[in-house]
Amino acid sequence: MDVVSRTWTWLATGSHWSGPDGVWHRLAEHLELTVVCLALSCAVALPLAVVLGHTGRGGALAVNLSNAGRAVPTFAVLVLLTLGPLGTYDSWPTVIALVLFAIPPLLTNAYVGMREVDRDVVEAARGMGMSGRQVIGRVELPLAMPLVMTGVRSAAVQVVATVSIAAIVGGGGLGRIITAGFRLTDTPQVVAGAVLVAALALVVEGAFVLLERWLGRRRRRGTAGADRIPGAPGADAGPVTASAA
Amino acid sequence: MAGQGGNCLIDNDWICGEYVRTRSHELVDATLQHIGITLASVGIGLLVAFPLALAARRWRGVAGPVLGLTTVLYTVPSLAMFSLLVPVFGLSAAVVVTGLVLYSLTILVRNILAGLAAVPEEAREAARGMGYGPIRLLFGVELPLALPAVMAGVRIATVSTVSLTTVGALTGYGGLGNLIYEGLHSVFKAQVLTASVLCVLLAVVADVLLLGLQRLLTPWARKPRARRGAGRSGGAGEARPARNERKKAVA
Repeated sequence: MDVVSRTWTWLATGSHWSGPDGVWHRLAEHLELTVVCLALSCAVALPLAVVLGHTGRGGALAVNLSNAGRAVPTFAVLVLLTLGPLGTYDSWPTVIALVLFAIPPLLTNAYVGMREVDRDVVEAARGMGMSGRQVIGRVELPLAMPLVMTGVRSAAVQVVATVSIAAIVGGGGLGRIITAGFRLTDTPQVVAGAVLVAALALVVEGAFVLLERWLGRRRRRGTAGADRIPGAPGADAGPVTASAA
Repeated sequence: MAGQGGNCLIDNDWICGEYVRTRSHELVDATLQHIGITLASVGIGLLVAFPLALAARRWRGVAGPVLGLTTVLYTVPSLAMFSLLVPVFGLSAAVVVTGLVLYSLTILVRNILAGLAAVPEEAREAARGMGYGPIRLLFGVELPLALPAVMAGVRIATVSTVSLTTVGALTGYGGLGNLIYEGLHSVFKAQVLTASVLCVLLAVVADVLLLGLQRLLTPWARKPRARRGAGRSGGAGEARPARNERKKAVA
């Protein structure tokens, strides 16, 4: 249990938290990369998933993408991009890898969510004279929201995990504390970094679970019968598609 | 392949036949280590997940903590997971295997549970009526019927284990990941690309082999699946894991 007390000492030492190698700076880097990449991947994946889900095309794409996402090693892609021509543009390889890995859960969940909306409801909306755009905006998207959110949560956890791995190839973020610890063979630092990374991932996951619950409650209050949404919040394969990093 | 003789090694090309020829023993060793770590992780994962799933099915009080804990473990990034295990096991393959076992538990426990839950009650009643005891009922009736869902879980766990093993390079036991890690520091492009491609190939081959095994073990499931598959667009075989996964999650 020596490691535990030495890890505690590491974490309790003020100098480890300040400066460019300090915890606060690494945490800021980690969060910045996470937010930027999550936003970018949402901007790419969600509109595509909504259009594909609305037209009912691309089911095979969604399934194959989620399978491929699991098979491709994150670490290998990060190293390949770093050694590639993009490697000279400092954090670009990391950003591209993160976006690539966040797309499968986002696209798959949003697509499935759109497809699982009750066909009768969609037909009814069409019968009321709604245009395709209106069907998406007022019927399909609100009903698909729980699954879309599950996808966003999976992607967020995935991105947080991948940012950590990016530290191995020279990216910033909390993972740097771990890799630096390995280089210095400083086990307390390795463990302290690992605790911080794990805590961050759990906090992000927890925050999204709470957000989903809050949205779910608000929706249920808004419309009666909305709790019969196919694939209620958290019902999807969230944990399974989540962090493969 | 690009380059003749040793040229591509000097030019540091991405694709280099000379590299594959001269370093084939390294590639074979790394691939074998990768396969070994994957087999050990998924195998131990199954051995641990099975009793956990049975306990979770039997006692409601166990189900919550088991599912909650495995989900929490799954959220922990691999770099942190391996690092946290280093003080426990030292720098050894056990670190990587243990981490990967912990990841596979989430998928395996859930899929075993879902598979068992989907066994029709009539089948159970019929078996009981024929005088089957609980053990014979489990192994003779329930497990075979749950096999498709269990195998879907094994496939997902195997594929993600193959890709996650590479991160084990941090501790020196990452199979093909070791070569990728080495190649990163020596800026040896052919080594990185070859090892990465082998890694993806390994995942795909493992998945196909497991799918074949599943077909062999569940001959009764073949015809209905073919019919169902015809109605859907795209390969029915490929769509299976995702569908099972969803079914499991809803259950």
